[in-house]
Amino acid sequence: MVSFLRVLERVIKIADNIYSPLGTSTEENFKAVKSGISGLKKYCDMFDSVEPFTASAMPVRMTFRQMCIESATRALQQTDIDPSSDDVIFVFSTTKGEDLRLWEPSVAVARHFGNNNQPIIVSNACISGVNAQIMASRVLKAGLYKTAVVIGCDVLSKFIVSGFQSLKALSADKCLPFDKNRQGLNLGEAAACMVLSTVNGNYESKRWIYEAGSIHNDANHISGPSRTAEGSYRCLADCLKNIDTADLAFISVHGTGTAYNDEMESIALHRVGLDSKPVVALKCYYGHTLGAAGVLETLLSMQAIEHQEIPAALGFKEQGTTYNCMLPTTKTNVKGNSFIKILSGFGGCNAAVRWVLR
Amino acid sequence: MSKISVEISGKECTVNGEKLNCSKTGAEMLMELYCKYVKDYPKFYKMDSLSRLGFIASELVLQKEAELNGTTRFESNESRKIILANNNASLNTDLKYSVTIDKNNYYPSPSLFVYTLPNITTGEIAIRNKYYGESCFLVLENIEQFREVLQTIELESDALVGWVEYNSNSDFNCTMWIEKH
Repeated sequence: MVSFLRVLERVIKIADNIYSPLGTSTEENFKAVKSGISGLKKYCDMFDSVEPFTASAMPVRMTFRQMCIESATRALQQTDIDPSSDDVIFVFSTTKGEDLRLWEPSVAVARHFGNNNQPIIVSNACISGVNAQIMASRVLKAGLYKTAVVIGCDVLSKFIVSGFQSLKALSADKCLPFDKNRQGLNLGEAAACMVLSTVNGNYESKRWIYEAGSIHNDANHISGPSRTAEGSYRCLADCLKNIDTADLAFISVHGTGTAYNDEMESIALHRVGLDSKPVVALKCYYGHTLGAAGVLETLLSMQAIEHQEIPAALGFKEQGTTYNCMLPTTKTNVKGNSFIKILSGFGGCNAAVRWVLR
Repeated sequence: MSKISVEISGKECTVNGEKLNCSKTGAEMLMELYCKYVKDYPKFYKMDSLSRLGFIASELVLQKEAELNGTTRFESNESRKIILANNNASLNTDLKYSVTIDKNNYYPSPSLFVYTLPNITTGEIAIRNKYYGESCFLVLENIEQFREVLQTIELESDALVGWVEYNSNSDFNCTMWIEKH
């Protein structure tokens, strides 16, 4: 039991990786997205599905463990961190892990890197990837560890495809977040890794600093979002406390392409007065990568700020939500050093994080 | 306010160390507890096993809290957090859904699929009590690790926290309490 907790000042991102159908590094992934390349393809009978569905799948089947190891290895190679050190903790974000097990395969990944600490696994539906960043920042700020290896991953399976089809949530064609003609979501698979640290080195270039994080429940319905965006609104409001929004470049939304999610997000953005900020929606490139989504989309948002350019919302034609959202139809230049990433999920949960490049 | 703790296993249920009178054990005991101590929330019948376990524990904790504080059961507490954890996530329900998928019946039960996430339990408790605070589900090795992780969460308001594990209709356990920092 920890009795005295030091509160350290800041958590920074020191390395990262995206391992997806669009590439095996964060840079490769952003390059693809910037060029308008999508990983989405139509599948007719994958996982014995009885209806065609569109998804972003790896070229070969890989397990959760393999994906996590591939991604974390590439991220850790960019650092001089010894992952087997007692100062390092592994934090996972996943909904289905491997063969429906979460604990055992996550421990196996940590052990692969020689790390013997108990990992923390966040399994909070679709907000897990942002939630994991918040949890990791907390344990780092409390001084329990110096470095956190945050890995978000989910792999496609018969279980997931069957389940989402049962809910009639899948679109047969490419998803169209916020568009009037959106028909539902696409599934995707990926692993994404973010190495966070409180170790203050002498860095010459700018660094990504974790500024705020918030989680709220809608207290409304287990499988549908709040009609008034209660949870998402509160998360955004928390992340906007005491800041000048002039430096906020954009909001990276969940944007699943389902009728209710996108509508709810438009309401949340309106309620906090962010209607005029550009919106980044990435599901048209990756589908909904479940446990990976929060980490993957945060990393691509960082790339967008670093390149001062946000990717186009592929296929977006006509606004289909009550309040207008500023989705770019071609890649667009943006200014500002910070962004907010929001997510919402089953169980009524919502999360947001704000990162700043300083 | 004195500390409140509810413990439920497949064999018995205690509130602050006092054993509640139950004639049944296992999943039937949860039903018996519902009929005796909750009664008026038919959504309970739709819930999966993990949610039923977490829900019953939350009801008993919150009833005890109201009793000790001399307040009504549904005192407004909008920012209260709900943080739950276990080691097996929603495995018991996942397996129930998994065995029903086949080529001729590819999507058997949407209402069961919705429960194949452990954090639906936190959602059910949030809905019942109108708690808009943080809700989170963690998968950890054991309750000791959970207590350690809880120390890092800044609780500007208090939180309903619990270890909720459902392995089978006879083998389950839950410890739930209100955490204040």
